Amino acid sequence: MMKRKEAMAGYLFALPWLLGLLLFMLYPVGAAIYYSFCDFSMLKPPMRIGTDNYHDLMIDKVFWQSVGNTLIYAALAIPTSTLTALGMAMLLNTRVRFLPVFRTLFFLPSLIPQTSLAMLWLWIFNGEHGVLNVVVNAVLDHTINPIMTLFHHATIHGPNWLGDVSWTKPTMVVMGMWTVGNAMVIYLASLQDVPASLIEAADLDGAGPWQKTKNVTLPMISPIILFNVITGMIGALQVFAVPYIIFPDGSPARSGYFYTMYLFDNAFKFNKMGYACAMAWLMFLGILLLTGLSLWFSKKRVYYGGT
Amino acid sequence: MAITGVAMAACLFGLETVPLKHDKPGRIHIKYWEKWSGFEFDAIKKIVDDFNASQDKIFVDLLQTSEIENKAMFAISAGVPPDVAGLYSPNVPHYADERAIIPLDDFCRESGITQGDYIPAYWQLMTYKGKVFALPTTPASTALHYNRGLFREIGLDPNKPPETMEEMDAISDKMTVEKDGHIDRVGFTPSEPGWFNYAWGYYFGGRLWDGVSKITAMDPGNIDAYRWIESFGKRYGGSALTSFKSGLGQFDSPNNGFMDSKVGMEIQGVWMYNFVHTYGPQIDANAAPFPHPKDRPDLANTTYVDADVLCIPRGAAHPKEAWEFIRYVQRQEVMEKLCLLHKKNSPLTKISDHFWQVHANPWIHLFDSLARGKNAKVPARVGIWPEYQQELSASFDQALLLQGTPEQILQDVQDRMQAKLDGYSKRLKQREAEGL
Repeated sequence: MMKRKEAMAGYLFALPWLLGLLLFMLYPVGAAIYYSFCDFSMLKPPMRIGTDNYHDLMIDKVFWQSVGNTLIYAALAIPTSTLTALGMAMLLNTRVRFLPVFRTLFFLPSLIPQTSLAMLWLWIFNGEHGVLNVVVNAVLDHTINPIMTLFHHATIHGPNWLGDVSWTKPTMVVMGMWTVGNAMVIYLASLQDVPASLIEAADLDGAGPWQKTKNVTLPMISPIILFNVITGMIGALQVFAVPYIIFPDGSPARSGYFYTMYLFDNAFKFNKMGYACAMAWLMFLGILLLTGLSLWFSKKRVYYGGT
Repeated sequence: MAITGVAMAACLFGLETVPLKHDKPGRIHIKYWEKWSGFEFDAIKKIVDDFNASQDKIFVDLLQTSEIENKAMFAISAGVPPDVAGLYSPNVPHYADERAIIPLDDFCRESGITQGDYIPAYWQLMTYKGKVFALPTTPASTALHYNRGLFREIGLDPNKPPETMEEMDAISDKMTVEKDGHIDRVGFTPSEPGWFNYAWGYYFGGRLWDGVSKITAMDPGNIDAYRWIESFGKRYGGSALTSFKSGLGQFDSPNNGFMDSKVGMEIQGVWMYNFVHTYGPQIDANAAPFPHPKDRPDLANTTYVDADVLCIPRGAAHPKEAWEFIRYVQRQEVMEKLCLLHKKNSPLTKISDHFWQVHANPWIHLFDSLARGKNAKVPARVGIWPEYQQELSASFDQALLLQGTPEQILQDVQDRMQAKLDGYSKRLKQREAEGL
């Protein structure tokens, strides 16, 4: 009797969260499946149109362009942000002075809201007056450019980060590297969990720093790397706020037009909610597939201590 | 303790029922959302105050609303719309197809408002599929703005603006300052200010659709326009132009490229004088009709016109009272007061002498005559306009960055937008058939 009462109390305490989940997550997600088979603008009742939205998406050039942009960005961003976060975590795992200060400093950028960061980056990456190009140009003028002038070649300048179609995605990747704080903290925690006994054993066997990293540290933290890569991949495929602000309508020439931006525009600018729902479901399935592939691929490459 | 609690509750709940100073018993409050900010908002506030003071039956609650085209749509779909929505005229077709705004024909008939009261181009913006869905607040037309100081600097007569595109291109080449592929000053570029990138076809005699069911992106006039856009990419470098543009300051600031003498000539609307007056008093600016292609004198005085409009959303609580306010704004003296405060031209056919006498914009006759001319062009009155406009802007970038020939780029626009329009029309018909 007591147990049942306790269970009831438990459910009651969990009820607000359960209601929230049902109302604000499960219902919209479920409704989106239905709407993806409808013509729906929110202003008129949804009208069933079968698989037309999915068919139209398959022949929509901009849809494929946004898929391409997003995949290129993810392919560039995942390895770079993983290496940056892991590298920073390893550096912060050493015994240097003022370590807590460095840890805080490197973590801080990930606390800044994306919109504020985007506004800041707009100025840093400005092709004409941006701080980054001032530094890049100063370095080039003191290194390569004198040689270029000597051989009568044109001098090299910092790129037009935000306005050149070939630079828009790399620029996004560079920006992404600033906000690896969360992943860095997780790596740091996992690095501190690597058993000292194993490192000591490797030391006794005469292993150098690189061998210790490669053969002891990395295998021991491989589940964490997998976790971070998968969450990083999901984040990269859903990139939205920053490019939406710094590349209006994906300009120049839609080179900065990512999947979620086209989804958002369809839903809220063109009022094609059904089309947007179909895009959202395709995205969900795509991410599910890529996550499944990552888990399958990692089966023999990740070491779980408990098994 | 209890007394304090009751007193606090009374204060809290009582606040809601305390009558506002301006309230009179039985007065109906209507909600009016307007997009403007700054002095433009102050101007409409004065009109609203005048209306509220002019009678004691209706009180307009004015709310400044950014991104109104989206927010109004959400409010309408949620069933809590404002009574009057101050939209942009290109929103009208899409809103009308969605039945998000109500036709005003009956109201107009009852109030004696007719097509003849308005300059034809502006009247076009108010109607869709034969019905009136909006009435104007302030209108606009566009023209070439040029910096006479820079004309003098390069040895040209400052009172002789270019009349043809070819003349303008030649002046631009002379005025542009570039070194090692880096632009310091540009005479003219179609990418500045970049607000009308979808409209260049009009200036070459192009059309964007046939008015019924066909997209006409491949119209020869549009192809000529894209060749012209491409020529700037070839002469100055597309990437150099985008880099140059990124270095210009905000529009409403002294660092605006035109105020800063970094852009010698640009296309702008009737509103530009306000900004020149505020941020660029040091420059000697002037306005003239936008040039036409040399071999198309029939396209002289082409202007892209637009207007801010008032609509009554579907589900508005007080449509009749909303109409009373809209009708008030259409009175000649009220409209003239608003347009004078905005320093714009009037959308009405009749204009008082007083309007001309006191108007602060020295170029107002030009903008008025352009809007009344036969080459006043309006945005395509098609339901997929938001998507079509975005497509045209992206294709503009492609042409400037030399990412294909004008024909290839426009063929892509044609194919994609025709498919979108076909799907859109098919579903509208299907809905009609199903009574949805």
